Amino acid sequence: MEETEQILLEAKDLEITFHGRDEKTEAVRGISFSLKDGKVLAIVGESGSGKSVTALSLTRLLPEPPTCTVSGKVELMGKNLLTISKKEIRQVRGKEIAYIFQEPSTSLNPVFSIGYQIAEAIKLHLPKVKNIQKRVVDSLRRVGIRDPEKRYKDYPHQLSGGMQQRVMIAMALACEPRILVADEPTTALDVTIQKQIMDLLKELKENLGMSIILITHNFGIIADFADDVIVMFRGQIVESGSVNSVLNNPQHPYTKALLACIPQIGKKQDRLTTIDYAQLDA
Amino acid sequence: MKRNLLKELLSRPLGLTCFIILSIFYLSAIFAPFIAPYTTSEQNLKKTFHPPTGLIWKKGGWHVKIYENVDSTAAKYEYVQGNYAPIRFFAKGYPYKFLGLIPSERHLFQVDEDNKIYLLGSDSTGRDTFSRLLYGSRISLSIGLIGISITMIMGFVVGGLSGYYGGKLDFFAMRIVEFLMAIPGLYLLLALRSALAPYFDSAQMYFVIVIILAIIGWAGTARIIRGMSLSIRSRQFVLASESMGQSSFKILFRHILPNLTSYLLVAATLSIPGYILGEAALSFLGLGIQEPSASWGLMLSQAQNMKVFMLNFWWLLTPGLAIFITVIAFNVLGDTLRDIVDPKMKV
Repeated sequence: MEETEQILLEAKDLEITFHGRDEKTEAVRGISFSLKDGKVLAIVGESGSGKSVTALSLTRLLPEPPTCTVSGKVELMGKNLLTISKKEIRQVRGKEIAYIFQEPSTSLNPVFSIGYQIAEAIKLHLPKVKNIQKRVVDSLRRVGIRDPEKRYKDYPHQLSGGMQQRVMIAMALACEPRILVADEPTTALDVTIQKQIMDLLKELKENLGMSIILITHNFGIIADFADDVIVMFRGQIVESGSVNSVLNNPQHPYTKALLACIPQIGKKQDRLTTIDYAQLDA
Repeated sequence: MKRNLLKELLSRPLGLTCFIILSIFYLSAIFAPFIAPYTTSEQNLKKTFHPPTGLIWKKGGWHVKIYENVDSTAAKYEYVQGNYAPIRFFAKGYPYKFLGLIPSERHLFQVDEDNKIYLLGSDSTGRDTFSRLLYGSRISLSIGLIGISITMIMGFVVGGLSGYYGGKLDFFAMRIVEFLMAIPGLYLLLALRSALAPYFDSAQMYFVIVIILAIIGWAGTARIIRGMSLSIRSRQFVLASESMGQSSFKILFRHILPNLTSYLLVAATLSIPGYILGEAALSFLGLGIQEPSASWGLMLSQAQNMKVFMLNFWWLLTPGLAIFITVIAFNVLGDTLRDIVDPKMKV
């Protein structure tokens, strides 16, 4: 079966710099990648490699200049997201590209019920829609929350971490976006919940035909869920390709080192493998 | 959220009591002309410094005891046995406008002719303390509400916007705030009050005082709100909201403001007493409300008389008690409200 691999989102020569008082930090130093329609692109790297910043820059969620300057091109359906007007980018946010973040407990406003917050997301992009309550309950049910009729009145602090993340996903999906950017969605959750959330994302991707950019440092998730992967290190892409080729046949020494760090069940090790940065710089 | 607020308040007896006390005070202020048997300026020079008239139940109805002045130099009054006058409820008295609109002559209670009912005694010119207390409460209590409304709104607008947008707006706004805070408030108040005195009559002066107090007060609030706005703005649910495409304006009102509520409520209820005390102090110094109007501060200044202490005219100090109760009630209520509004305390 022939699969037309259409490129949905393309980033070219993306550079992100943060300007402090006397110094500047080049968080992302010229990267280019593309997201294919209906596929999952994983961005993997250690803390500080620039993954989250890259994701936020796509819809200009980073601080305004001069604190933070973004250059390059991010193309979605013929438009350069970095240069379109404020009004247009606000329409892209949520409707075309939606986000879920790492810490679900802080991503929800503590003074409003979860139903209210989901309703806000719905009203934002579908202002004429009627019967919001039903839609809210449906969206909660869709992400696997039991008794949604009762739970939508709950406040975020009354929910467990896994459920909060589900609510976040419900909010992100309320507008039925084309692209979902998930910034380490399961890092703050324990392993069993992690699996549930990833299964949920898989199911939603199938049903809604979403494309996903997944930021993570967990290769297990990548192997299970992603189609393509880019490896970031200190603001640059050191390797990219399909998951199969990168994981099975890594080319760059950093990728090899990262993969070697993964502890294996059954393999006896006295010390966990670490990355020798000195050797990488050489 | 509002329905819950009432329910929560009902389950907290201390806060509820204070709420009821304050409601009674404010309702009395609104219905002052109905409740007060006399106007603020109705004098009776034969009955100066009269103690509170006792009440007795006779012949199936309430009556007020009639007193006789036994010593005119020391203002001593004694009850003449068997002398009492009936109290008429919902009787006709001096005309007024109910709620400022509907003319009426009915008052809660009245007595006939030359007899007077002084629930809280009379002052140096025979004016009823109770009536003056009620009319005075209109000024003293409303100044607090109007004042904090101005302060909170200005503080939120300037502080909230500065904290949220940052940059040049924040910089200039905060410099203005600091400038305002550096001005010695009391002196500014006195100076403005003195300078503007010839231009305004007593009623207008009231508004001038409120506005001056608010202008001095909002700067500090703005700075605190700005700090809180800054910290709330960096929380992730604001980023989440931005990522959904929410406009800055809506984020300010829907996410930042509600998270400020807890602070604003406590700050407001703690500021109101400040305004009340401020007005009292001004009137006490003769720079606030003038005769023939009444305010609690003005009444207290008139009680600043050696006679009051030496001859034990304790009733002239009731405005002080009123202020005291009001201030405490606001503080406790503010505390209770803050406990209610904090969602983490919901069990």
